[in-house]
Amino acid sequence: MAKPPDCGNCQKPATIHLTQIINNQIKKLDFCEDCPYQKGVTDPEGFSLAELLAHGGPAVPLDSKLACPACGLTSQEFKKTGRLGCAECYDTFRDIIEPMLEGMHKGDTHLGKAPRGMLERVSYRREVERIRRDLAEAVSDERFEDAARFRDALKQLETGPVSKDLPDSSD
Amino acid sequence: MQIKPLLDAEIELTDSSRSPGSVVLSSRIRLARNLAASPFPGRANKAQRREVLEHCQGAIAVLPQMEKGSVLEMESLEDVERQVLVERHLISRELSGQREGGGVIVSRDQSCAIMINEEDHLRIQVLRAGYNFKSVWKLIDAIDTGLEDKLDFAFSPDWGYLTACPTNLGTGMRASVMLHLPGLVMASQMEKVIRAVNQLGIAVRGLFGEGTDASGSIFQISNQQTLGESEADIITRLSGVLDTVIEQENNARQKLLENASSKVFDKIGRAFGTLQNGHLLSSAEAMNLLSFIRLGIDYGAIDEGQRRPVDRFFMTCQPGHVQLTEKTEASEARDVARARLLREHFRTLPPLDFDKMANP
Repeated sequence: MAKPPDCGNCQKPATIHLTQIINNQIKKLDFCEDCPYQKGVTDPEGFSLAELLAHGGPAVPLDSKLACPACGLTSQEFKKTGRLGCAECYDTFRDIIEPMLEGMHKGDTHLGKAPRGMLERVSYRREVERIRRDLAEAVSDERFEDAARFRDALKQLETGPVSKDLPDSSD
Repeated sequence: MQIKPLLDAEIELTDSSRSPGSVVLSSRIRLARNLAASPFPGRANKAQRREVLEHCQGAIAVLPQMEKGSVLEMESLEDVERQVLVERHLISRELSGQREGGGVIVSRDQSCAIMINEEDHLRIQVLRAGYNFKSVWKLIDAIDTGLEDKLDFAFSPDWGYLTACPTNLGTGMRASVMLHLPGLVMASQMEKVIRAVNQLGIAVRGLFGEGTDASGSIFQISNQQTLGESEADIITRLSGVLDTVIEQENNARQKLLENASSKVFDKIGRAFGTLQNGHLLSSAEAMNLLSFIRLGIDYGAIDEGQRRPVDRFFMTCQPGHVQLTEKTEASEARDVARARLLREHFRTLPPLDFDKMANP
């Protein structure tokens, strides 16, 4: 019997054989047991594989090294329990949580009550969000005069006094 | 016995001037909140949980809405006391099972309960008799805002209030009503209703038991989604679904009276007879019998004044309540005590007025 192919990643004997067909191109990949898990997050091809393997559940990248600096919760633990460990986990696991929210909720942006101290920030964000939407709409409708106006309004908001207090995650 | 004052108190659910409706027993909203600087309870150690408990107790105790309330800690309660709190929906099963640092503060009329160190640091709950989201929201909003002055809540401008489970993220709000749906249950339409309602992102579950044959025909309907909509929009959407379910229930009741009156009369009459004469009643059976009595009140066969005692029995006939008031742990002794309690009450009532039912 022919020797089984080695893992394309680490040369250990491969036990997982994947055939992907993308745009009529056949691509064959061979992995050992461990590598897809490590490869999952760094390689876009690997990522689609990880999603494929985890289909049904939340698409959690199988990177066991990701851990919350504040409470120590790992992505594996999060996947197992579905519970986060602290407020900072939401930053740590942002990329895992974001796709989960889609099927779970009506939208992915908070539109409800905010603590009073947060109100300014929240209303600023909602205003930015609203103008961005208007801008995109104007561009797609080829209403360029409107678009220019929205772009200016956005610029003004973003250099306004409130924005200085905002964390960098406004992208 | 720490919870004794809670048992004897006049409470919102069964003694308030707001009358529970024929279909909607009560409306409830809960908000999940966490402190920004502490790990969530599931991740916290004993000392951290203790610290959160004391910090929150201090902040809650000075709220005007909680004046003269009861401050209870899970560690110092007996099993049966925690069971009674669960049966009154003042704490969850989850909190009841987790002792260290778990606590609850209950307002004097038991319309408000704030759990500490459940899945989230705080679970604030407000309840009112009848269909009444507006006043429930007004009260819980005021409590939440009052706490905000003293506690630094975990909040993200994008994702709102941060919760241990992403399913509660955003508003952290679960709004629910308790519905009495004997018409839909008898007409075997409950399964259809549950399926339709689930598709709209609204959850249905039986209050005493699971699935479509919940004993007592009492169901809880609540929103599932908490992010991407304002609190007001969530309540509006839920209310739209509720209005439809209430209409369906009323239609089912009307049809039963038109097409199967003997069946309905028989159910109500037998329930009355069993409650007047039974000597062994399990909790599930008692719920089912009381459900028919409540339907009898709605149909006019039993005096409206009986609605509150019946609603109170729904609570006091639960196992923990019977065990506590009758001081007996054995299941058969409880069934005897429960039957006696109900017999003593229902024996004093006049006979059913079936003529009134036939011409409501």
